[in-house]
Amino acid sequence: MKLDEFPATFNKLPGAIPAWHGIVNADDLRELCEQAQHGGGKLIALWGSDETGRDESDEHDHYALHVALATAPGMLVLTMPVDHERPAIPDISDLFPAANRMQRTMRDLYGLHSIGADDHRKWLRHGAWPGSVHPLRKSFDANTICETSADDYPFVPVSGNGVHEIPVGPVHAGTIEPGHFRFSIVGERVLRLEERLGYKHKGIEKRFEGMTLEQGTKLAGRVSGDTTVAYAWAYAQAVESVSGCTPPERALWLRALLLELERIHNHLGDLGYLGNDAGFAFGHSQFWILKEDLLRMNAALFGHRYLMDCVVPGGVNCDLDNAAMLRIADMLRHIERETAVLKDIYDDHAGMQDRFLTTGRVAPELAAQLGLTGMAGRASGQAWDARAQFPCMPYDKLDVHMATHRNGDVAARVIVRFEEVFESIRLIRGILERLPASDTMVETGNAEEGALGIGWVEGWRGEVMVALHAGRDNRIQRLHPHDPSWQNWPALEYAIMDNIVPDFPLINKSFNLSYSGVDL
Amino acid sequence: MEQILKQIFRTGIKTEAPPQPDDALRREVRQINEQILRQVGRALAIRHVDAGSCNGCELEIHCLNNAYYNIEGLGMRFVASPRHADMLLVTGPVSRHMEEALKRTWDATPDPKLVVALGDCGCDGGIFGENYASRGEIANVIPVDVTVPGCPPTPTEILQGILTAVSMRNES
Repeated sequence: MKLDEFPATFNKLPGAIPAWHGIVNADDLRELCEQAQHGGGKLIALWGSDETGRDESDEHDHYALHVALATAPGMLVLTMPVDHERPAIPDISDLFPAANRMQRTMRDLYGLHSIGADDHRKWLRHGAWPGSVHPLRKSFDANTICETSADDYPFVPVSGNGVHEIPVGPVHAGTIEPGHFRFSIVGERVLRLEERLGYKHKGIEKRFEGMTLEQGTKLAGRVSGDTTVAYAWAYAQAVESVSGCTPPERALWLRALLLELERIHNHLGDLGYLGNDAGFAFGHSQFWILKEDLLRMNAALFGHRYLMDCVVPGGVNCDLDNAAMLRIADMLRHIERETAVLKDIYDDHAGMQDRFLTTGRVAPELAAQLGLTGMAGRASGQAWDARAQFPCMPYDKLDVHMATHRNGDVAARVIVRFEEVFESIRLIRGILERLPASDTMVETGNAEEGALGIGWVEGWRGEVMVALHAGRDNRIQRLHPHDPSWQNWPALEYAIMDNIVPDFPLINKSFNLSYSGVDL
Repeated sequence: MEQILKQIFRTGIKTEAPPQPDDALRREVRQINEQILRQVGRALAIRHVDAGSCNGCELEIHCLNNAYYNIEGLGMRFVASPRHADMLLVTGPVSRHMEEALKRTWDATPDPKLVVALGDCGCDGGIFGENYASRGEIANVIPVDVTVPGCPPTPTEILQGILTAVSMRNES
């Protein structure tokens, strides 16, 4: 099977994004992944599903593996049926290292084993259920409470003269999400960092199952609260795909406006914290004033400081009048002016630049190998931005300028954030100028049972994907929300190598990855 | 340096007046040793624990430190260790994987201690509820003094919840 032939052989999924779907066997899956990898493509997501009771014609295939790849023409989604008597899936972590944790999660949640993988440790499972229990199987009742046992996670030991370990977390020293970091160090130099996540696993995917498509909207916006607009939009795209709905044009333009506002407020907050973590409290104070100004405007115009529940399947829950548009334009001028002043101050501040430059470096070659994505990827020469490469309405009319740098250090991630703030301001101005007049919402219609819908949105952190398998009566059979942090957490382990322990908070902040988005 | 000073001068003072305590937020009045409380005075050390949130509540906790709410100006600060804390500010739902860590954090916090549960999920489990991986509301795992609903609650609402807990402490 040839990769460049897939648009002809596979089914194009209806909806806003260029995505094709095909059913393959294990050999074809490996081969297509290899071709995608050689062609410079990347792994977007890997998830499973329990097909019990869905297709009565084939009683052996109870499970399925799904792999989403980004390739030149668009997204390719491969589905491989898995026999319940031999729950095995091919390993692709040699091609895409980020698949490692996703495959281990498949084993925890579905009991599917990756044949040929060299890491078979558990990942999302701690002590809340035993290894013989698989919560995402349909036979598992969501309310089953298994006895708690000790986690006993086998960290990779590092030995040698003078090597010792610093265990950190899950409760960290600041206002941060919980996770565990195991540093192996000599003096204050880090030899190795090993991450242990999964502390926030609260059964989101199981919770989605059985919800109506309407009920799922609110939950989708709370997979990772700081990325609520991107998740809500991706969810809406997936629902619109399975129900054959096209939202009104004005709604799509407003969604882009909300997405760019979300990008700006997150970047402003991070720029403040990056100053703070380099010992420059002035930066924190200034950027968080700007962020608060923006959040208050959001609350006044859209009814929510973080824009939660504004994007819904079929359109948006909000609209703008002329006064609101003027207010946004004023706010953009204010943020642009202040951010330009602060950028000069950051650029000229020798002490801060000394902390930023060469710290936490992920070189472009390594970034490509690891599949580093989103904003952090662009700071390491990975020129991927779904808004620019696969622009859906209205980005196809806005000509997004992608910010890329090659240094891959904290300084590069700071610069990319600055540039993306200015670019988002430019995009919002374009949206305000050209916002078409129309309704902002349509009825979504009925979903086709068994249909697969995909959403794919470039959030502030990177690309957010939602895969929706529609069930009966407009219910969710299976939903996998995918955060770009899956790809970027492993890269953080490389970024810290050979740096000193006190630089870890700075490096970690420069990535600012989601825990909730990957713990699910 | 000149540019920094100019910017500080141009920004001016942004800090606003804090909200009043709200008796409606009280869950139950716990007995706390009055004498010790008088010694602690009004200063308050807060340890935040994320026990499984979507990270939305954390965004608003961060905002408490901005110049508008200026929580440190009210004599309250976030501390790195529960051993230094008078109050735990907890977001949820409590995932079962965080249950032990939350209990240990509570144990490590010296008496008398206050617990404020934050957000709809912290108050009643919210949209995630209880299931094989989630214990739901904070009060299912540790005793809670004040609950602050909202998704997420605004910084003003959080501040009001904190002040309500403090006023309970000062009365008892």
